[in-house]
Amino acid sequence: MFENITARLSEIFKSLRRKGKLSKKDIENGLKDIRLALLEADVNYKVVKEFIARLEKSATGERVLKSFTPGETLLRVVFEELRDFLSSKEKIEIKTDGRPGVVMLIGLQGSGKTTTAVKVAHFLRKRGRKSLLVPCDLKRPAAAEQLKIMAEKGEFPFYEIKEETIEKIGLASVEYAKKEGLSPVILDTAGRLHIDDAMIEELVHLKKLLSPKEILLVLDSMTGQDAVNIGLEFQKKVDFDGIVLTKMDGDARGGAAFSLRYVTKRPIKLIGTGEKSDDLEFFHADRMASRILGMGDLSTLVERATEVIEKEEAEEAAKKFKEDRFTLEDFRKQIKILQKLGPLEKVVGMIPGMKSLSKVDVNGDAIKRIESIINSMTVFERNNPKIIDGSRRKRIAAGSGTTVSEVNRLLKDFEVMKRMMKQFSKGNIGFSPSSFPFPQK
Amino acid sequence: MLLEKIRMGLSKTREKIHEAFLSTGIFFDKDFESSIPVFEEILLSSDVGVKATNEIIARLKERRKEHEKREDVIPLLSQILINLLISSEKKEEEIIHPYTILTVGVNGTGKTTTLAKLAKHFKDKGEHVLLVAADTYRAAGVEQLYLWGRNIGVDILKSQIGQDPASIAFDAIESAFTKEYTVVLIDTAGRLHTKKNLMEELKKMKNVLSKKREDLPQEIFLILDATTGQNALSQAKIFKDVLDVTGTILTKIDGTAKGGIVFAISLELGIPIRYIGIGEDVDDLIEFEPDTFVASLLEGVVLQ
Ligand SMILES: Nc1nc2c(ncn2[C@@H]2O[C@H](COP(=O)(O)OP(=O)(O)OP(=O)(O)O)[C@@H](O)[C@H]2O)c(=O)[nH]1
Ligand SMILES: Nc1nc2c(ncn2[C@@H]2O[C@H](COP(=O)(O)OP(=O)(O)O)[C@@H](O)[C@H]2O)c(=O)[nH]1
Ligand SMILES: [Mg+2]
Ligand SMILES: [Mg+2]
Repeated sequence: MFENITARLSEIFKSLRRKGKLSKKDIENGLKDIRLALLEADVNYKVVKEFIARLEKSATGERVLKSFTPGETLLRVVFEELRDFLSSKEKIEIKTDGRPGVVMLIGLQGSGKTTTAVKVAHFLRKRGRKSLLVPCDLKRPAAAEQLKIMAEKGEFPFYEIKEETIEKIGLASVEYAKKEGLSPVILDTAGRLHIDDAMIEELVHLKKLLSPKEILLVLDSMTGQDAVNIGLEFQKKVDFDGIVLTKMDGDARGGAAFSLRYVTKRPIKLIGTGEKSDDLEFFHADRMASRILGMGDLSTLVERATEVIEKEEAEEAAKKFKEDRFTLEDFRKQIKILQKLGPLEKVVGMIPGMKSLSKVDVNGDAIKRIESIINSMTVFERNNPKIIDGSRRKRIAAGSGTTVSEVNRLLKDFEVMKRMMKQFSKGNIGFSPSSFPFPQK
Repeated sequence: MLLEKIRMGLSKTREKIHEAFLSTGIFFDKDFESSIPVFEEILLSSDVGVKATNEIIARLKERRKEHEKREDVIPLLSQILINLLISSEKKEEEIIHPYTILTVGVNGTGKTTTLAKLAKHFKDKGEHVLLVAADTYRAAGVEQLYLWGRNIGVDILKSQIGQDPASIAFDAIESAFTKEYTVVLIDTAGRLHTKKNLMEELKKMKNVLSKKREDLPQEIFLILDATTGQNALSQAKIFKDVLDVTGTILTKIDGTAKGGIVFAISLELGIPIRYIGIGEDVDDLIEFEPDTFVASLLEGVVLQ
């Protein structure tokens, strides 16, 4: 529904761009949209409420109010808060110490524990560990068989069970691992509901018996509002050291990850991205944050854009405009910077503020031509465009494989832009660094 | 008032709602307005989703206007919710042999278990049931269904790992005709709706069946996990597009998730909900009833 939150924000902030400043009311509207986007992404209702309340503070701060590009900045503030909540300070690791180490996977039915068990074994093998896969699921028909087949396929050691209770299996598998020099043992437990006390008791018991150093809660990334209950109950009754989010190869926005992290404070460590044993990746808070916000790769883009352009560059450019010192050399630099951000048509489409500049010619080809024209000038010419006369223009056109009229147009556009920008930077009209190097036609 | 609630814990919020309902019982207009956020909370935290929630609240306001009399709002809200579900209700059709059902859905939602439950259901009704294990992808997927079938006491058509599911469907329907099975239940491998080639594979299975006889398969059930949030709508959309599913079955409703996404599915796609799964045993499948479903959705929040 809110595939494109950036477009909506852009809409809201479009009229405000002219004003240059935002009122509290404008921000409220922006936050309302963000609230809806979070709910649509399955972030828990209550978590959304608390999160928006926090945002109210940071969103009405100087940073957003005084920004030249309030839309982008607000989105960025939201993105950063979300990312910071999702990320944990400690380095991601799976604790395998002990002789043997014990890793235990827990979670609801069908969340992906068995598959994840094999994935973790694979993950650890790449790090030089020889895990033992142990089926502790006596409930689901053919559960042990499932693990066995997957273990054999990936050539991972598998514990063949002879025992009748999972306690006995657990203890015996640890002995076996010691004997065979395998570590850690990875316990694949049966899926269970967080409110099924008898079944939960079984886990508590197993935990006491084997003191696993690493208990991972496996959660389906498609989970909805209930993620909060699931997380809190498992934490209260069993407790766990980290979270694995599965089925991330689908199109779920994954708000459950945020809910879960928010209420349990446990780190999200890994994500499952497919049904095969090597479909396991490290969790990245920034990617998750932009996925939840439905921004696609915008977050990284905005991030990079603000990194490279915002501060110094933009200030420097603004100063030069003001003092009428902006040259073609600066113009070329700006183009280079923007190109680093990716294909230009895409870049422009993705930055909310840029949408309003639809008349601007930003197709990548045109930009390339502009660039090669500037490249064919001498440094002296770039810094003093006034001296570029007819014969110089001919030379530049030939050197860049363009035509004289294209060179003429560029020089004219450049002058127009310079004049326009000078006006902007003198008056109190905000100009956006992202809309920067493109002359308006 | 709103901000206050933001800072309250979940249980506290529930108490508050409880209080609000009990103290007023009958809602006056002023209370009605101020209770809207409470209803929103109930719906949104049951996975009903923003769009469907807005629609439901709009209908509530509309209905409210129509009535001069001050009514209790809860029955009004339940009525609206029930109507939403009834509008897409579908009764179990008369069984024409071989009554053929396919269970489809994303990974881990409960397809295999639900199929076993259906096998039990039809066997108890005296039907001659064939279970077909067409999940040749998932490790021990065939074995899992086989064990269920043996347990229930119905015939099972096993398949080879890696065998083309469409060819299994073909074998199944052939043997249904020759061996006079009255009910054929086909399990499929879980797949994400976003994977085009895997969705095509299901379509092929369906085509093989309808080639044998036009009305086959009579049912394609999309199995949805009640724990799933808004993504279930996306699943339903695509599965409907590709396969024209005839109904959904909502599993794992024995947990704490409310499964509110069915309202959006009913509202936007008109796919009926046919059964719900209430546990892991073969008997844990019941026919879907809108009023009990709605009652439990509202009761959970209001009366806790
Ligand atoms: N609590 C509860 N568990 C259920 C229900 N239905 C299925 N399950 C459990 O959910 C898990 C997954 O069920 P399966 O039937 O294997 O699911 P599937 O959709 O066939 O899974 P894949 O074939 O792996 O995609 C199993 O542990 C089932 O016992 C239900 O209604 N309630
Ligand atoms: N697409 C996808 N499927 C997954 C992923 N992880 C697990 N699955 C599938 O989800 C289903 C249930 O997984 P399983 O490991 O048996 O879950 P368990 O019941 O928790 O042990 C199986 O069909 C798996 O193949 C994942 O990351 N992506
Ligand atoms: Mg399992
Ligand atoms: Mg299955």
